[in-house]
Amino acid sequence: MTIEVVVPILAATIQSGTPILYATLGEILTERAGVLNLGVEGMMLVGALAGFLTARMTGDPVLGFLAGGLFGALLAGVHGLVCLGLQGNQVVSGLALTIMGTGLANYLGTPFDGQSVTGFHVYAVPFLSRIPLFGPVLFTQDVLVYLSYLLPLCLWIYLGFTRWGLALRSVGENPESALAAGLPIAGYRWIGVLAGGSLVGFGGAYLSLAYTHLWTTGLSAGRGWIAVALVIFAFWRPWRAMLGAYLYGGVMAFQFRLQAAGTHLPSSLLLMLPYALTIAVLVFSSWRGRGIGAPAALGVNIEPPD
Amino acid sequence: MIRLCVHKRYEPPGWSAPLIFFAAVAVSLGIGAAFLAIQGKPAVAAMLLLIKSAYFSVWAIEDCLIKAVPIFLCSLGVAIAFRLQIWNIGAEGQYALGALGATWTALTFPELPWYLLLPAMLLGSSAAGGLWGLIPGLLKVRLRANEIIVTLMLNYIGILFLDYLVYGPWKDPASFGFPMTRNFPPGAVVGLIGNTRLHWGILICIGAGLACWIVLRFTRLGFELQASGENPRAAVYARIAYDRLVVLVLVSGGVLSGWAGFLEASAHLNRLQPSIVAGYGYTAIVVAWLARLNPLSIAVVSFLLAGLRVGLEILQLDLQVPAAFGQIMEGLILLTVLAGRFFSSYRFAWRRGTA
Repeated sequence: MTIEVVVPILAATIQSGTPILYATLGEILTERAGVLNLGVEGMMLVGALAGFLTARMTGDPVLGFLAGGLFGALLAGVHGLVCLGLQGNQVVSGLALTIMGTGLANYLGTPFDGQSVTGFHVYAVPFLSRIPLFGPVLFTQDVLVYLSYLLPLCLWIYLGFTRWGLALRSVGENPESALAAGLPIAGYRWIGVLAGGSLVGFGGAYLSLAYTHLWTTGLSAGRGWIAVALVIFAFWRPWRAMLGAYLYGGVMAFQFRLQAAGTHLPSSLLLMLPYALTIAVLVFSSWRGRGIGAPAALGVNIEPPD
Repeated sequence: MIRLCVHKRYEPPGWSAPLIFFAAVAVSLGIGAAFLAIQGKPAVAAMLLLIKSAYFSVWAIEDCLIKAVPIFLCSLGVAIAFRLQIWNIGAEGQYALGALGATWTALTFPELPWYLLLPAMLLGSSAAGGLWGLIPGLLKVRLRANEIIVTLMLNYIGILFLDYLVYGPWKDPASFGFPMTRNFPPGAVVGLIGNTRLHWGILICIGAGLACWIVLRFTRLGFELQASGENPRAAVYARIAYDRLVVLVLVSGGVLSGWAGFLEASAHLNRLQPSIVAGYGYTAIVVAWLARLNPLSIAVVSFLLAGLRVGLEILQLDLQVPAAFGQIMEGLILLTVLAGRFFSSYRFAWRRGTA
């Protein structure tokens, strides 16, 4: 293969992986605080629609992106209210959130189905984009991709090297000792839920504002669930999330490439690829990892003292 | 200073479950109405129309029962897994596979008489649906792969496979390009009961519901499911074969959802087409949880939530409310019920002093 063929595929890999990266990092943050939120798919869709509508009304994609994060956090707040406030089952609440979020996005998005929006465009970084191979692949993208390069670093520093990050992790591992140590455990769980939710919402907004530049029903197509699986693949670590997200980006880019090239394979079979890969990746990481990295108190509610 | 404190109730009061359910439905209808009002639609009239067109005519009741059949079977299937705290989210895909299994049988042996073909289709749907439950089951017990993700991904894969077949190899050459199979031969159609629009598949529901209720309530197996669900580690110490239970609930859940697919294809559509995938598998999860995993309550709640779909069809026509409103309501009801259960597990008390 020549470089003219490889570069577009690799650039598309980064672009397709970016929304999943945002969502995976968000869910890692939430789960590290001990809260399982299976509403990622719903939050992504709501974030995508919020971003689309805001950008359309204001003409400003940056505001749209911020709105995506805001609405992701709002929906995550419902999960926080039900699970952190009222002791609801985290699995069921997350599923309900996905059902409700999907419904909300489909309902409010129906009049805009298939319509386009001015979103983010490619901005080649001066100098860096001239590096052979790496330049066109890594540094000829939109700004949100550059932002997503920094996020794993930030999350890694926050979780590993700051007091607040260590406190958040201790709440996810052992809330009783964290409480005994005088930490505001509920507060940290809320931070994990809301900040994680906004990252997921950003991932959704990326889909409508930078990836497709339009709104269609069911835009996220299971990417939220793929992100949930990637958290397990990543062993709850930000850097491995990056690896996983780009693995997916690669499969999606490859699949589009095949479709565009007019292969004989029917599109419905090609579309199965990412989902089949999710199962394969999950099986592999469960077999290799045996639950390494899972926060010990993941999904367990903190009961109010009697 | 007087402070509000919460205390755990060790015995939730018996009145609480139905009260919370109806209070949650009322709250959700209220939120739904507010949502419609913001959009400038007549909210109160819409809600009254929803309820009236869902339950207050013979035609509507028949419609509710027809739609309750697949919801009920899928819901039973997920409920037995939830008893074991195994999160089978795969009813939607297992339902699609069941429809595929039944359709394959019907299209392969069209000349068989009905008394052979219908049982064969039931078998075909059991095998296909069961397989879609067996995969996550085996991956769970052998490799500890998270069943939530596997069942969910299998939903996407199963539905895409159905699309592939009806758009490709199984497409009726005389369908003018529409993605659908040939009409089933007469022997492959589950008939209607008398002059009603209801089909005999309701008997399968009654049988399956009673069987599940008896197994869960009165047998050792039911006890093992309950005990292992509450504490898997203790179950292993009690020499309960936990792994076998996991595979068993996932496979039987797949079979039950598969039957739902069979009945929908055979009795309702008389062929296979993409519109058979209508989100029943996700509604089933809501139903199972609202019904507290009790088979008899599942029957009642299936009927009630089927009514939401029936009423919405009228709302769609009369007030142009998109069908997705149903999903919003289902999610809302589930969330409010979850939140409401706090009030049956905890009681409030005023306490003097600071701490």
